[in-house]
Amino acid sequence: MTLSDLQLFEVFLRPRRGLDHKHVGSLHAQDPAQAIEYARDVYTRRGEGVSIWVVRSADIVASQEGDVEPFFDPLDDKPYRHALHYKLPNSVDSM
Amino acid sequence: MSRDESTELKHFQDRIDAEEKVEPKDWMPERYRQQLIRQISQHAHSEVIGMQPEGNWITRAPTLHRKSILLAKVQDEAGHGLYLYSAAETLGVSRQEMTDALHSGAAKYASIFNYPTLTWADIGAIGWLVDGAAIVNQISLQRTSFGPYARGMVRICREESFHQRQGYQIMMVLAAGSGEQKAMAQDALNRFWWPSLMMFGPHDAASAHSAQNMTWKIKRQTNDELRQKFVDQSVLQAEAIGLVLPDPDLKWNAARAHYDFGEIDWNEFQRSMTGGGPCSRQRIAHHKQADAEGEWVRAAVVAHDHKQAAQLSTSRG
Repeated sequence: MTLSDLQLFEVFLRPRRGLDHKHVGSLHAQDPAQAIEYARDVYTRRGEGVSIWVVRSADIVASQEGDVEPFFDPLDDKPYRHALHYKLPNSVDSM
Repeated sequence: MSRDESTELKHFQDRIDAEEKVEPKDWMPERYRQQLIRQISQHAHSEVIGMQPEGNWITRAPTLHRKSILLAKVQDEAGHGLYLYSAAETLGVSRQEMTDALHSGAAKYASIFNYPTLTWADIGAIGWLVDGAAIVNQISLQRTSFGPYARGMVRICREESFHQRQGYQIMMVLAAGSGEQKAMAQDALNRFWWPSLMMFGPHDAASAHSAQNMTWKIKRQTNDELRQKFVDQSVLQAEAIGLVLPDPDLKWNAARAHYDFGEIDWNEFQRSMTGGGPCSRQRIAHHKQADAEGEWVRAAVVAHDHKQAAQLSTSRG
């Protein structure tokens, strides 16, 4: 068996309770259960996580790097969507 | 309770006492799960129903600039509803079940949205007071024990400051305007002040869920503590723009280092909670109508999906 017979999985770890799972890397495995075990073995050797998610890399649908500007459009021409656009008296400015 | 369950329960409470979050796949008491579904879905419904009184003024905002601001705010509220529905779904309840509960009246939403928005100043009062009260509550809930809810609150709080400031600034401009404009601002404040205080719920002693929610750290501060915080900050904010909070009993209490304030009309609270608010029927009827009118979009998405799948299987033949 070669590496290409295995599927690629992306690995996400929750460093501790209360935090979101964060992408840490990927690995090859035969199935999801095996991927979880491998992820434990290679990504949490020093207590890096309390929960692991694995997902087949092929199942991830990603936005396209080339479309960043039109796709995300941060609406910089709409500054009124930000709190500091509104000038308030000093005494209540912490609102 | 079986021995296993009591062990689990102890482990669960120890975890909460140690300030660790509960995550969706953890064992949790059924009442904790139900209580969270009740609270998070009610919170989500409030975000969504809250779009109606504000949406009422989008076409009539006094300037294009004000219209753009209001549109952006209402759009944020839809997003907040989504964050919260998603957090509730991690507890095993479906979106459809939550919508059905809203439509049947089994699930509540903040009764303040059952009041009508009669003038443009009401949009100012809602941003300042209703969003202001929501922020006080939501800042506290960033520390709630259920992880997905706490993380949702962090995301929502990031956007709330804009909501409150835009509302306060509407009031500020009106209060500094003509006599008529200032009177309009004061009138909106008069109508929205008491319903805003009611947003924090019954007194601690009368709250059905309070004690258990505090032990489980679903709530981190009591209704009365949060309400006091809101009153204290609002007094200064009203003074800064020359408006008067409509409460003759409001006065500084040096011994408590807080403002004392008058008693809420709890009969009015009960009336508006149980569907007797001026716009209750209209709010739910509108939600049902929007839901029904959107049905063809959901059907089209499913039809497209089936068609794509059929084409794929033919081409693979």
